Amino acid sequence: MKKYSALSLVRNALGHNRHWQPAWRKPAPKQEYDVVVVGGGGHGLATAYYLAKEHGIRNVAVLEKGWVGGGNTGRNTTIVRSNYLWTEASLLYEKSMQLWEGLSQELNYNVMFSQRGVYNLGHNLQDMRDIERRVSANRLNGIDAEVVGPAEISKAIPLLDTSASARYPVLGASLQRRAGVARHDAVAWGFARAADALGVDIIEQCEVTGIRRNGGRVVGVETTRGNVVANKVAVVVAGHASVLAEMAGMRLPIESHPLQAFVSEPLKPALDTVVMSGAVHGYISQSDKGELVIGAGIDAYNGYGQRGSFQTIEHTMEAIVALFPSFSRVRMLRQWGGIVDVCPDACPIISKTPVDGLYFNCGWGTGGFKATPGSGWAFAHTIARDQPHELNAPFSLQRFVSGALIDEHGAAAVAH
Amino acid sequence: MLLIKCPWCGERAETEFSYGGEAGIKRPLEPDKLTDEEWADYLFNRSNPKGAHHELWNHAGGCRRWFEAERDTVTYRIAVTREL
Ligand SMILES: Cc1cc2nc3c(=O)[nH]c(=O)nc-3n(C[C@H](O)[C@H](O)[C@H](O)COP(=O)(O)OP(=O)(O)OC[C@H]3O[C@@H](n4cnc5c(N)ncnc54)[C@H](O)[C@@H]3O)c2cc1C
Ligand SMILES: [Zn+2]
Repeated sequence: MKKYSALSLVRNALGHNRHWQPAWRKPAPKQEYDVVVVGGGGHGLATAYYLAKEHGIRNVAVLEKGWVGGGNTGRNTTIVRSNYLWTEASLLYEKSMQLWEGLSQELNYNVMFSQRGVYNLGHNLQDMRDIERRVSANRLNGIDAEVVGPAEISKAIPLLDTSASARYPVLGASLQRRAGVARHDAVAWGFARAADALGVDIIEQCEVTGIRRNGGRVVGVETTRGNVVANKVAVVVAGHASVLAEMAGMRLPIESHPLQAFVSEPLKPALDTVVMSGAVHGYISQSDKGELVIGAGIDAYNGYGQRGSFQTIEHTMEAIVALFPSFSRVRMLRQWGGIVDVCPDACPIISKTPVDGLYFNCGWGTGGFKATPGSGWAFAHTIARDQPHELNAPFSLQRFVSGALIDEHGAAAVAH
Repeated sequence: MLLIKCPWCGERAETEFSYGGEAGIKRPLEPDKLTDEEWADYLFNRSNPKGAHHELWNHAGGCRRWFEAERDTVTYRIAVTREL
């Protein structure tokens, strides 16, 4: 791998950018791997990277049915934060936050991580009590969090309607200053390039169609590019988790839903932070290109169609215009959908399974982008050692049998 | 937006309905006799198919009755709706 640097930029510019190396190879699948990772989203690529980097397991393939980052990774609204309520979730997301803070250097790839802060607005007394509680819980876990009042909010976000006559008055907010956004594609490409440099084979246009087992053990996968023998198989396919589980004779506590997002025409800088409101049900930030990036909730029905219904679009825009009346005349440029894997307790599954050598990482639902590095890090540990790290041990499939659910609906619902 | 045919009221806009998830999940008659795994399967696990899905809808903004639908989760096309 040729290192990227200011010097390499200059040198390649002088060469009219004709001599850049491809960021990763395009190998054909080998017959056999130590670990096959199914799913080339951010989480799968991060898993492969940390397997090679932290555990020295380099005979690894990532099999992706489409193109790298073409799933939820490349469709999400890129909010990164770690201010969840329960200790189990907070520590997992905070591990990820710490990895984000060094990720561009670690990968030698600019993931454009921008810690511009995230405000979660409170509009009524109960919202404010929940915010106080969550902020206190965050601080006890060593995570930066503060409660801010309307005066400070209106100074920081002048276009937000904080007037007393607002339809949803703003009584306060939680603020995590270390939170922010990152460039989603760059995260997928950066992990792909760094994993490839450590010997991982990244194989696109290769759909897994079967999981081969012998006795209670996984022995490989069937794909559209032939069968591949594998000692271990790690499935990280987000909205398709139930489809892959069925291939291994398993059922999951997951339902797949469409989740939509929007960007507007580019505007001059108008919003330099991230604003979310659970009660009004929408969230917004502004990309470096100037587009407003907007999202809200899932469509209620199960769906694998990567598109949702019009009333969800209308509902989202209503929320944004209620919060920011001056955005009412901004035109939307693009709209799209992803397929999110929703778990009953709004927390992920990073787990061993009843099949030896088969591991699942799923259930991130509407909010897993922020967890990309931490999820890959913890999943790699689970695969390499055949046992979870203490950070992801609470997120096993077993919790649905024991009843030890981690209810993050309050911190996760519309807040991605 | 989907056009959904309530078995009693006929075709109406999706916004009149609320979604009830997978149909045909029966509450076990003798929960005490189930293992924890079986109880968890009833409570939490769902078939979540990619393709034909047998599901429940409620005509919340109309006759307020529950009914069943066969809907494709990729095309979203509703093949049939019927009374429960
Ligand atoms: C509109 C939208 C907005 C969001 N906003 C946020 C946000 O602001 N902040 C946040 O933290 N999270 C957000 N999320 C959630 C976040 O995008 C996901 O949780 C996260 O990106 C999941 O990453 P992944 O790598 O697990 O999944 P994906 O990126 O979906 O990767 C899974 C890959 O598996 C592949 N695959 C599927 N089946 C097979 C098969 N049989 N064989 C081979 N490959 C297969 C798919 O093609 C896909 O590329 C949002 C999601 C959406 C849809
Ligand atoms: Zn009706």
